[in-house]
Amino acid sequence: MRVVIAEDLFLLRDGLTRMLTAHGLDVTAAVDNGDDLLAALTGDPAGAGTAGPPDVAVVDVRLPPTFTDEGLRAALAARRQLPGLPVLVLSQYVEQLYARELLASGRGGIGYLLKDRVFDSRSFVDAVRRVAAGGTAMDPEVIARLLASNSGDDAIGALSPREREVLGLMAEGRSNAAIAQRLTVTERAVAKHIASIFLKLDLQPSDDDNRRVLAVLAYLGR
Amino acid sequence: MDGTAIISGGRGPWRAGVRGGITATGRGLALAGLALTSLALLLVPLVSLLLIGLGVMSLFMDRPMSGLQRAALSLTLLAAGLVLGRLFGVRALLALRALTQLTRRLAGRWSGLPIAEPYRPRPGWTGRRLPYRQQLRWLAFDPATWRDLAWTLVGAVVGVVIAALPFVMMAMGLLAIRAGLRRQLGFGPATLVRLDGTRSVTVWGFGHAAGQPLEVFGGLALVGLGLAAAPLLLCGYAGLANALLAPAGPAELAQRVDHLTQTRTETIDSGAAEIRRIERDLHDGAQARLVAVGMTLGAAEDLIGSSPDAARALLVEARAASAQALAELRALVRGIHPPVLADRGLADAIRALALDSGLKVDVTAALPGRPQPPVESAAYFAVCELLANVSKHAGTRQAWIDLHYERGLLRVDVTDNGTGGADPAGGTGLRGIERRVAAFDGILALNSPVGGPTVATMEIPCALSSLKTFSC
Repeated sequence: MRVVIAEDLFLLRDGLTRMLTAHGLDVTAAVDNGDDLLAALTGDPAGAGTAGPPDVAVVDVRLPPTFTDEGLRAALAARRQLPGLPVLVLSQYVEQLYARELLASGRGGIGYLLKDRVFDSRSFVDAVRRVAAGGTAMDPEVIARLLASNSGDDAIGALSPREREVLGLMAEGRSNAAIAQRLTVTERAVAKHIASIFLKLDLQPSDDDNRRVLAVLAYLGR
Repeated sequence: MDGTAIISGGRGPWRAGVRGGITATGRGLALAGLALTSLALLLVPLVSLLLIGLGVMSLFMDRPMSGLQRAALSLTLLAAGLVLGRLFGVRALLALRALTQLTRRLAGRWSGLPIAEPYRPRPGWTGRRLPYRQQLRWLAFDPATWRDLAWTLVGAVVGVVIAALPFVMMAMGLLAIRAGLRRQLGFGPATLVRLDGTRSVTVWGFGHAAGQPLEVFGGLALVGLGLAAAPLLLCGYAGLANALLAPAGPAELAQRVDHLTQTRTETIDSGAAEIRRIERDLHDGAQARLVAVGMTLGAAEDLIGSSPDAARALLVEARAASAQALAELRALVRGIHPPVLADRGLADAIRALALDSGLKVDVTAALPGRPQPPVESAAYFAVCELLANVSKHAGTRQAWIDLHYERGLLRVDVTDNGTGGADPAGGTGLRGIERRVAAFDGILALNSPVGGPTVATMEIPCALSSLKTFSC
């Protein structure tokens, strides 16, 4: 799996490269600014010397030259050119506003995580693979905030505490199996909760994990 | 149906107009009364000056008095003038100042055009009596005193006419109506005499005199005119007061210096307090956690050979503590300078704030560029405080924020449809916002009638830098 990394701090860039390589991913480019990132993402051969777009990009929000949201904007621009291009955005802080912008296209292959999440290499690499496969990986903090700003919603108020827990984990992008493992219940029980959630939120049920997650995120991000 | 609606709809403004006219007339009378009282007070120093002047002049009169008589008269006049001035001069000036200040406050409040106080600050400690000479110097060397005197003369002459005119018009109108009615309907006395001529009775009633319709209509017109003119004349009077009584020239500059000194002190104080808070937060938070991480790692290092399981548990603990330290640093950074504000500027930062506020907030923004970072930061934290107030006190979940830039002013309106009744004097939060925006010569206005809605408006003078145009 070919990965592009964009991170301006050398220590972190190096650490990420080593971590992903150790888990069997192929880091084809590690850039440190927005322009190189856009070139690497869109597979411009003149840019970072990669042939074609990568399978997934791990991008820091704040990059040179402006040190603002350069990385986020490059990721959004690349996804406009290549819809569905998998991008995992990393940041020192998470914002609902940015999460909504990333999710606005309604397509999967999106991740938005706090940088702290790289502490846990196994679950971080898992998130990278999930995003590469067209899934989503949203930081629990983003989801908590999305849920909080939907606290006035009657349909969400009608969910049981357990259902709300499942909703949160699902919105983070986890599969039924992962949710079942996390809550130490059976997958069938999770499926039952999800069916009930979809009924209460009046969403179209789906067998596909990714599609279900996107439906939930679209509901929360209204 | 339509007709009724129009009539009942038309009655409100009509009644309000009459009420407004009567109120304005009353206020005009009060102001005219103030002007006349000031004029009376002004007589004290004038008479004392006049006496002194006459005393000096009488020295040079050659006839019809002898030299001794002349000296006696002159001395008497001088002594009377000086004693009067010494005893009552300063007091009269101070009383005049108080009256003028009252005029300023009333005219400002009634016309909606506040008039600032132009006086130099009183020297010495507050509450301590000033020596006479110092007091006299303070009054005499303040140009505002002389402008007050000029105002008293102008205000008493022009002002009384302007302010009392509606009352005079209405009084004349009412008198004319009374007289006209009396004649029109023949209302008046008639003497009835008994047929036998023994008794006569005076009876008041209609049909006893000849009519004069013009007087009634003329009187009505005069009353109407008086009612209509009263608010305008009151405004005119307030405008005149503003022109003469508001600080001008050096006084204005002196006030500006005072304002700048005060806001600078407050800004420096709050900046220092902020730095102390950050230092404390770092010391008790992230710094302490990193010490804990280091100690835990050290313990893990010691244990790794002898009991790897215990070492592993310590490593997990160290990782959790470092994540906690990061979370605390994030919260701290958010409080110093919110990342979205740095990334995207005020409009998006406020959108992000609105999303996280837990309220339903509609944000509209029309900013053709970005204000200076300090202005952005002040406006951001002010909105932050206002939104917190909405969710704490307003009892509503709906709010609107509007940001725009007009003629050199950044204007932010925060509106909610809550219960209203917010008192700017009540909380420290609003005072804090005021202080924050005052550092940029900005103002905060709060309109919060009981029952709502509450509108908080901030205006900060600033320049905008041109917006960077990005590809997306």
